[in-house]
Amino acid sequence: MRPVRLSAVAAIAAALTAVTGCTEKGDGGDGVVNVTATDDKCEVSTKEFPAGHVELAIENKGSKVTEVYILFPDDRVVTERENIGPGTKQRVTAEVKAGDYQIACKPGMKGDGIRQNVKATGDGAAAKRDPRLDKAVAAYRQYAQQQADETLPLAETFAKAVKDGDIEAAKKAYAPSRIGWERTEPVAESFGDIDPKVDVREDGLEDGQKWTGWHRLEKSLWQDKKITAEDKTLADQLITDLKDWQNRVGKAEITPTSMANGAKELLDEVATGKVTGEEERYSHTDLVDFKANVEGAEKSYALLKTVAKENDPALTTELDKQFAALDTLLDKYREDTTSYDFTSYDKVGDADRKELSDAVNALAEPLSKLAAAVVVK
Amino acid sequence: MSSESPSRRALIGWGGAGLALGAAAAGGAVAVARTGDDAAPTTAIPFHGAHQAGIATPVQDRLHFASFDVKTEDRAAFVQMLKDWTAAARRMTTGHPVGEGGFGGLPEAPPDDTGEALGLQPSRLTLTIGFGPSLFEKFGLADARPEALVELPKFAGDNLDKNRSGGDLCIQACADDPQVAVHAIRNLARIGFGKVVIRWSQLGFGKTSSTTPEAQTPRNLMGFKDGTRNIAGTETDRLKKFVWVSEKEGPDWMVSGSYLVARRIRMHIETWDRTSLQEQEDIIGRDKGEGAPVGKAKERDEPFLKAMLPTAHVRLAHPDSNDGATILRRGYSFTDGTDGLGRLDAGLFFLAYQKDVRTGFVPVQRNLATDTLNEYIQHVGSAVYAVPPGVRDKDDWWGRTLFTGEA
Repeated sequence: MRPVRLSAVAAIAAALTAVTGCTEKGDGGDGVVNVTATDDKCEVSTKEFPAGHVELAIENKGSKVTEVYILFPDDRVVTERENIGPGTKQRVTAEVKAGDYQIACKPGMKGDGIRQNVKATGDGAAAKRDPRLDKAVAAYRQYAQQQADETLPLAETFAKAVKDGDIEAAKKAYAPSRIGWERTEPVAESFGDIDPKVDVREDGLEDGQKWTGWHRLEKSLWQDKKITAEDKTLADQLITDLKDWQNRVGKAEITPTSMANGAKELLDEVATGKVTGEEERYSHTDLVDFKANVEGAEKSYALLKTVAKENDPALTTELDKQFAALDTLLDKYREDTTSYDFTSYDKVGDADRKELSDAVNALAEPLSKLAAAVVVK
Repeated sequence: MSSESPSRRALIGWGGAGLALGAAAAGGAVAVARTGDDAAPTTAIPFHGAHQAGIATPVQDRLHFASFDVKTEDRAAFVQMLKDWTAAARRMTTGHPVGEGGFGGLPEAPPDDTGEALGLQPSRLTLTIGFGPSLFEKFGLADARPEALVELPKFAGDNLDKNRSGGDLCIQACADDPQVAVHAIRNLARIGFGKVVIRWSQLGFGKTSSTTPEAQTPRNLMGFKDGTRNIAGTETDRLKKFVWVSEKEGPDWMVSGSYLVARRIRMHIETWDRTSLQEQEDIIGRDKGEGAPVGKAKERDEPFLKAMLPTAHVRLAHPDSNDGATILRRGYSFTDGTDGLGRLDAGLFFLAYQKDVRTGFVPVQRNLATDTLNEYIQHVGSAVYAVPPGVRDKDDWWGRTLFTGEA
């Protein structure tokens, strides 16, 4: 396990202070917004309400089960209520700061939902926001969610092979099951508790901490070359923990600067764990993680690029160049650039590792300046 | 970023001071040139001047030497890095942090400066750049390669590690405080990411040669005084004769520059320490206490070479045994911990400046083939560099004469 970063802790603390989503029955506080949901409408009784304690009184008049959300402009969830059956009423409350929000109803509990713009008014108006950056954050959140959604079936294939006692099938499914995770790892890490359960390495354990997750199973498959009853239980546990991740991505604190610094952190992961071969010390599938980390960083960068280019064109020129150089270098280690079958890392010599390390440094240094280019006007 | 400019603060606050430093450099004095903001540093060596600081200027106590390989093929990007390096060096040698400093900037971004030298004196920091032979195979520079910049021949007893040898360019950072020297290399390496990478580096302590004869002659790890007859920073005639490239010698871009030979020389410390005092003194050719040459009483007495064994180090290395060949030395002791056999991994990091490697280091080292000292030392790393002339003023930059072709 990596130590939980201070920034992540601070972000969580800030999120808790700013907004406390809760679902107790409303107590007749200062604002009640009636939400009437149907299969094709999402009507709200008022589009402006005072900041502070807000209560949604929801009635589902449609024929499908629905869910209702209050969302920040960047799509982060303020609060939500799922499984509102046809003809039923629900209440949901939240502490909401002044600023712009959306209320969304999702008939059938699918898709982006039907949305209404609303405003919480009052003191301490939220800082002026660049809508392009809100859009970038929303798109990144969608990406992170998509990665989690796509990971689950791949992880289930892996878990099933383990439970079937099929070592070869499990080995084959191992690396692919990690790609979505590795692409968006800083988001998962920001929760603090999931990463130590699913992605901890043996040397990261504290005394008394139980070793669970991918790398424990990696050791069984490649080093011990057997699957124990305990491993089968761990496979189930991995799926449970990954579902937790999948369910929480929507609430992650994501900002333009955390996206930028998250991209840099992905490169840090490469520099400290993958380049050395420590991450996948039994399976030697480090280059798969490496590629996924770079792809995740590239996604963040691509979404922020328009704004960054305006503020620091030389930086984006350099980043374009260095991303391309690293991608080209990585392609030397796979025969088919559409597949994730990379050279086993124990076959990569010291000189080649140094070359990879140099390329990572060449990218990570300018990437560390992306956050500044996103906030500076 | 490659576009990093000298900080706004630097431009506003230091344009004038830069000129003052340049003027001081021409006089060759150790200047205490700063006034104004921050705690006034008391120990700055001028960065600007006809020659680069760090050659004839007084030798400091500590060294961080780094050799780099070029990773970019983009000449403009490399030139921009040299300009960025110069701007950073200009600030660091006057005790200032790089760019906008080590704190107080955007909380979301890493600071421009890494911060570990904040509050420290300039500590006589000098930063000296050199260009290796392999650099001239890049950026279309083949025609500019000086004839005097030869690859060193294989010498008897060499056991060179290629991972501690060569390099396209080097930075020699010397300072009285190791943290200041390490900070300088670290920040230059950071600015260089994507353009250059560190190939190898060496920390040094305990200078083993001095360019200031009035100071006590330093001792090397063998316990002997080293560099008694080194060229002094005040000996302008000898510097002109042996160290600085003149207009006649060329090429034009190297005038007022010099050539550097760097050698990592491992000492077999444990066996040396078991050697009798008499044998130690015979091997060196001087006594251990005073440093006097064999048969003489005082350190600075003129050596009588024929009184020494034919295989004595001083006798073989002396200019009189080498048709007058003379080099300026700035070596440092090094200890990189212990090797796998429990022996101190230690020795001398030898730095020699001369106007032509072919008439400087090469003949002297060839002559040392029969040196009995070779039983106790081994050359394990080696590199050679063309050290361009000094940065003249605040608009000048390292390597300008090479890359623009204008002297």
